[in-house]
Amino acid sequence: MTVLLEMRNIRKTFPGVVALDRVDLRIGAGEIHALVGENGAGKSTLMKVLSGVHPHGDYDGDIVYDGQVRRFAGIHDSERAGIIIIHQELALVPMLSIAENLFLGNEIARHGVIDGIETQRRTRALLERVGLRLSPETPVGDLGVGQQQLVEIAKALSKRVRLLILDEPTASLNENDSQALLDLLIGLRAEGITCILISHKLNEIARVADAITILRDGSTVETLDCAAGPVGEDRVIRGMVGRAMAERYPPRAPVIGAVGFEVRGWSAHHPQRRDRPFLRDLDLSVRHGEVVGIAGLMGSGRTEFAMSVFGRSWGRQIRGRVLVDGREVDVGTVGRAIAHGLAYVTEDRKGAGLVLEESIRFNVSLAHLAGVARAGVIDDLRDHEVAERYRRAMRIRTPDVAQKTLHLSGGNQQKVVLGKWLFTSPKVLILDEPTRGIDVGAKYEIYALIAELAAQGRCVVVISSEMPELLGISDRIYVMNEGRFVAEMPTAQASQEKIMGAILRGHAPRPEAAATEPMA
Amino acid sequence: MTDDTLPLTRPARAGTAASAPAGDASSTAAFLRRNVRDYGMLLCLIAIMVFFQVMTDGTLMQPLNLTNLVLQNSYIVIMALGMLLVIVAGHIDLSVGSVSGFVGALAAVLMVNHDWPVLPATLACLACGGLIGAAQGWFVAYFRIPSFIVTLAGMLVFKGLALALLAGQSIGPFPDVFQRLSSGFIPDAFDVEGMRLTSLLLGLAVAAVLAGAGWRTRRRQRAHGIAGEPAGFFAAKTLVFSALLIGFAWMLASYRGLPNVLVVMALLIVLFDFVTRRTTIGRRIYALGGNEKAARLSGIDTRRLSFYAFVNMGVLAALAGLVFAARLNTATPKAGLGFELDVIAACFIGGASASGGVGKVMGAVIGAFVMGVMNNGMSIMGIGIDYQQVIKGLVLLAAVFIDVYHKNR
Repeated sequence: MTVLLEMRNIRKTFPGVVALDRVDLRIGAGEIHALVGENGAGKSTLMKVLSGVHPHGDYDGDIVYDGQVRRFAGIHDSERAGIIIIHQELALVPMLSIAENLFLGNEIARHGVIDGIETQRRTRALLERVGLRLSPETPVGDLGVGQQQLVEIAKALSKRVRLLILDEPTASLNENDSQALLDLLIGLRAEGITCILISHKLNEIARVADAITILRDGSTVETLDCAAGPVGEDRVIRGMVGRAMAERYPPRAPVIGAVGFEVRGWSAHHPQRRDRPFLRDLDLSVRHGEVVGIAGLMGSGRTEFAMSVFGRSWGRQIRGRVLVDGREVDVGTVGRAIAHGLAYVTEDRKGAGLVLEESIRFNVSLAHLAGVARAGVIDDLRDHEVAERYRRAMRIRTPDVAQKTLHLSGGNQQKVVLGKWLFTSPKVLILDEPTRGIDVGAKYEIYALIAELAAQGRCVVVISSEMPELLGISDRIYVMNEGRFVAEMPTAQASQEKIMGAILRGHAPRPEAAATEPMA
Repeated sequence: MTDDTLPLTRPARAGTAASAPAGDASSTAAFLRRNVRDYGMLLCLIAIMVFFQVMTDGTLMQPLNLTNLVLQNSYIVIMALGMLLVIVAGHIDLSVGSVSGFVGALAAVLMVNHDWPVLPATLACLACGGLIGAAQGWFVAYFRIPSFIVTLAGMLVFKGLALALLAGQSIGPFPDVFQRLSSGFIPDAFDVEGMRLTSLLLGLAVAAVLAGAGWRTRRRQRAHGIAGEPAGFFAAKTLVFSALLIGFAWMLASYRGLPNVLVVMALLIVLFDFVTRRTTIGRRIYALGGNEKAARLSGIDTRRLSFYAFVNMGVLAALAGLVFAARLNTATPKAGLGFELDVIAACFIGGASASGGVGKVMGAVIGAFVMGVMNNGMSIMGIGIDYQQVIKGLVLLAAVFIDVYHKNR
């Protein structure tokens, strides 16, 4: 088989982080090549290097495409060579029609005047090829996610694609749409179009892939050839998670008490897609002094769960009960959730955690202004003292609490957010990706803090996409997939293989929209 | 609840905690550089005043003109206070000019046509302003309709309603008591030739109180080891401010004393400055404008806060409408025309950010006076209304440009 693409010894660094190192990838012409790895393994970065988002000169190593070394300066260059990426977040304009979207930026026009008839004709031909029987005039916003995915593929076909890259195309599709999409890929392969498929769903990969390349921690682990015979899921999972796990976690001696925090029968609908519940019948309990982890892939519903519990900050038609120390409590608004001792540290530190234009001091007291005010008037000195206290206790590295949080490092910003929540004296802390984007030293400090909080008898929930982290700091782990808990295990009995296995095997076929309860 | 339980016995791995002594770094020069925006505006205002003082051969600073300057700008300043809160909360209110005109018309109809006594009529007008603000705030806060659109609609609606209420006519004159809101001066208890002593003493008292309060805050900060302004700077600032204040009071006192509306305006400025800087409500408004998601996740009822920002704006627009009507001693269909532009410009010249979360009450007040002094000075110089607008527009652009440039540097 001829080789269409070879990426040799790719290395890509960001300030302070090596994202890719010694990555090799060989794609044969006309094959479907699966690319797998955990979140953060470097799949997306590798595809950005390939497509010129990170242009030549920003990385080391060679891209050999069609027998020539290529130096793509931007996404236009790679598209001209027939390399087209379809991202997980679809890049369609919902208000425009299918035809307008297909030729967006590439309009069929003479002297700037669009040729409507030719556009319609070509659109119909392209829709035919991807098996969509819709009018070219249909607004894209009216289509389901699966159909939008097909429109994206049609758009790629309009650009004479030779190498099609799909980033988790079936992540938000139901079973039927997923099957249709995979069938289409097989059809395109017969037409000679090569495909790189990034996916977490091993059953789908087993169905369509000719080869599988596994990435881990920014390096290629191995490439498995499926032609020789089916590759077992265990084999792939082992390659993805590796075996080594460094001692990067502070020691703990958990003293676990009675159940302090409970969520029972929790369901919620997605605010936009209201046809079926996104979170389904979740039960979770946390004991005093216990650290409970929630594992799962991005988009599995962990953040949505935490936010819907925390003052209904996410979702609609929320149902379920929340108990603190055995008593049912009303957490219908964020204010009441805080009053009942809940604290939620967001995964989106800059977007939803801090007021970046304001000082450390401003941010630390924000969730508990009553603690620094008398009759609605802020006591500046008390405010300053509180911020100063948390600065020292959390080791926020800055001389002055009047400093804007915008200029702090990720680790220090996270400490400010944690300080803000500790000042509310929470009984229950839900930490969402608490170490995302912060360096190793600061991570250790955050872990130590989590251990300390549990040792004080608080209930701690940690949501994380990094499995080693969950295994390192929690006592018990829930595994979430597609809005449900698919497994629960004491950490002593857990392993990355087990968690990955639960995620990948645990998803049941989704019920179709018609089968679920009617819209409210 | 115990907020005193700090976690953390320290993990073994200590980092290099950077901790510079706070006192040393802040020399006066460094302090000025950090706060250039705050004092820069004030220096700008002073520079503009000096410029026009020279260009008008001293007319600008004459007691009579200074009094006029205050009277002419009072309603802009009053509305700028409310507008600042609206802008900091991340919104805008285009309807304030129309609302103030409408309320002026309402006051005339009530007092002149229906012979309502002054006090009930005034209260009814203020309440009406509050209701108008509530209606607009309701759409903005609870239905998330962009404030630009809601208040653009409000601008048309209330301009039209004012016309309808007045039936295209001017209505006046107002009762004497009401006129005194704008054209009255505080009574004088002493009888000194050529000098309203009460007004002067009041000016002295205010200067003393402000200086004392500054001194007290500074002492408390010192006692708690908070780095404040450098000593030399503090002394100079207090001295200059006090001198300006007393000089200003002296000039006004040598004419007819302090105008009533100046007292109202000063009280409102102090109140809003305090609310924005020192109260939990102020904090929350800045948090809302700075990062709405973070504010909401911190337990702040962001919708209610936006709603009340508009209610407050409505009441202040109504007050401004009353002041303006009282000054003209008649309600005309043209009252309030284009006020919103001066008010919004004052906030932006004063350093507020169009994207919310940033802005100071004192900045907006200074911004209003920059506009006011330019209006007044250019009129005295005989520059036509045409070029006055051109110059004002360019000054607004320049102020914001300098702001953005300074920030991106």
